[in-house]
Amino acid sequence: MTTFAAPHTTRPSIRRVPAVEVRDLRKEFRRRDRRAGRFARRRMPALNDVTFTIERGECVAILGQNGSGKSTLVRLLSTLLINDGGDAKIFGHDAFRESRAIRRLVNRVSVEASFFKKMSASENLSYAARFYGMPPSQTRTAIPEILERVGFPADRRTESMENLSRGMQQKVALARALLTSPVLLLLDEPTTGLDPRSKLEVQDFIRTVRATHDATILLCTHDMAEAEALADRVGLLDRGELLFLEPVADVKRRYGVRTLEEAFLAATGRVFEQEENEDDEYREVFG
Amino acid sequence: MTATGVGSTEPGRSAGPGFAGARAGIGATLRQELIGLGGIVERNVYLTKRYFLWDLAFMVWTIANTLTIVFIARAVPNATAAEVNKYETVFLVGATIWAFLGIIFEFMTETVAWERWEGTIEYTFMAPLSRFVHLFGQGAFAVLYGLIRATILFFAVAALIGIHAPQANYGAALALLALASLSFIGIGIMTSVLPLISPEKGAQLGFVAQGLMLVVSGVYYPVSVMPEWMQWIAKISPATYALRGCRASIIDGTGLQWADVWPLLIIAVVATPLGLAIFRRGERHAKRHGKLKRSG
Repeated sequence: MTTFAAPHTTRPSIRRVPAVEVRDLRKEFRRRDRRAGRFARRRMPALNDVTFTIERGECVAILGQNGSGKSTLVRLLSTLLINDGGDAKIFGHDAFRESRAIRRLVNRVSVEASFFKKMSASENLSYAARFYGMPPSQTRTAIPEILERVGFPADRRTESMENLSRGMQQKVALARALLTSPVLLLLDEPTTGLDPRSKLEVQDFIRTVRATHDATILLCTHDMAEAEALADRVGLLDRGELLFLEPVADVKRRYGVRTLEEAFLAATGRVFEQEENEDDEYREVFG
Repeated sequence: MTATGVGSTEPGRSAGPGFAGARAGIGATLRQELIGLGGIVERNVYLTKRYFLWDLAFMVWTIANTLTIVFIARAVPNATAAEVNKYETVFLVGATIWAFLGIIFEFMTETVAWERWEGTIEYTFMAPLSRFVHLFGQGAFAVLYGLIRATILFFAVAALIGIHAPQANYGAALALLALASLSFIGIGIMTSVLPLISPEKGAQLGFVAQGLMLVVSGVYYPVSVMPEWMQWIAKISPATYALRGCRASIIDGTGLQWADVWPLLIIAVVATPLGLAIFRRGERHAKRHGKLKRSG
């Protein structure tokens, strides 16, 4: 187990409590094991004693292949999974015992846009905002504003989500996450599957959010260029284990390499795009 | 844009000092929960508008289905016109309450199943809304929507085949149905956990629960015709008292009867917290085993 703490900050007053503190976090899933019998099951670790800290205002990227445990980590931090060991604190609140408090602080954008497809962007945002206590008087102005900020065309606000492109849907997903002003934003592969233009637009918006919004960002991705471009520190999650979490320059220096791809090869002995094994596929299903 | 987060980042921070602070905190929480409840209703209104034609088709199907049951009354041999009218009303009340219950169970069971299908379930479950308000909001909309559909169904069928209920006390029937709805929501919350535990079969098991409840409650027949062991089960089914009371109000014009009211009150008081406790256990199970997201 290694501890990956953020660099010391010069503003101790607002950084009294780290945004995210994860210690020895462990999660495993049970899977059918047909080789051992019809009803046999075995435990499959998805996260294995993961420890790291993210300071308030930081943007940290966690890299990893499909099935590496990135989405499991995001789900644990957003109270959607219960841990099997270790602990996680978000702004000092226990993620598994004070889930109500955590939910007020966190929002998330996942790889799938996840909306009621027959409803429009405005309607989806409107009801989602109510769950966070935003009344109609507030959302009447806040929704058009946030949609404008993410570059969503005004004339398509009332169109069903099912008629929107994947890039458009992802912009609405970003708007939904930011509408509730989360202090911790969990981005789980927000640009996967987007065309290059939409990808750049979403990345630009993440930069804007960092510059203008008092939010801490945890970005999980398998896009190394995206991680390098957006994050203060980059971590590598491989088969449930966090191999490192530090600034990109330090990673390259540590392994004596020029790119993150080479760092992955040096750290794992595999190339990043290499096909996963059966267990990785299983982790992906549950992740 | 500045962060005006919905919650404090400080652990254990209260709204203010002492009793006044605690009251303000409770007031703010209550307000947020009420806005959240409004959100559940708002979402269902949007969806009902978008699926209006489906609803219309379903309404036509329900009316046709009800007619097939009500016409059985006309085939009763040697029955007088008054007796046929009474049997038709008995069947119509049964079919209407079946349809009403069907809506409530469908909405409650699909609280999880539908959201899982749309992919929104994780966003709903990570929102800072209490599970009680989430499920009760779903139930409240189902009751409202179910009452509108049941009213349309009743009067459409009555008008189509000319059922007369000159003594009917519709106010008492509606009041009793509203009271019974509290119990139905509680039991609906229990069944809504099924898709959480079994993503593949849970929704179907909800319909099984609805069918079993109506079978033992005397949906088209008196409870007394059933075997004794089924009559015992009928005593703890809220549908038994809803059916008996509504029939008495519509056929005989009786008001709210205490004999129907008190069992419904007791069942509601027991069923809602029990349903919530069961749902919480199911949610914990789903979060432990990663079943919240699985499709199927």
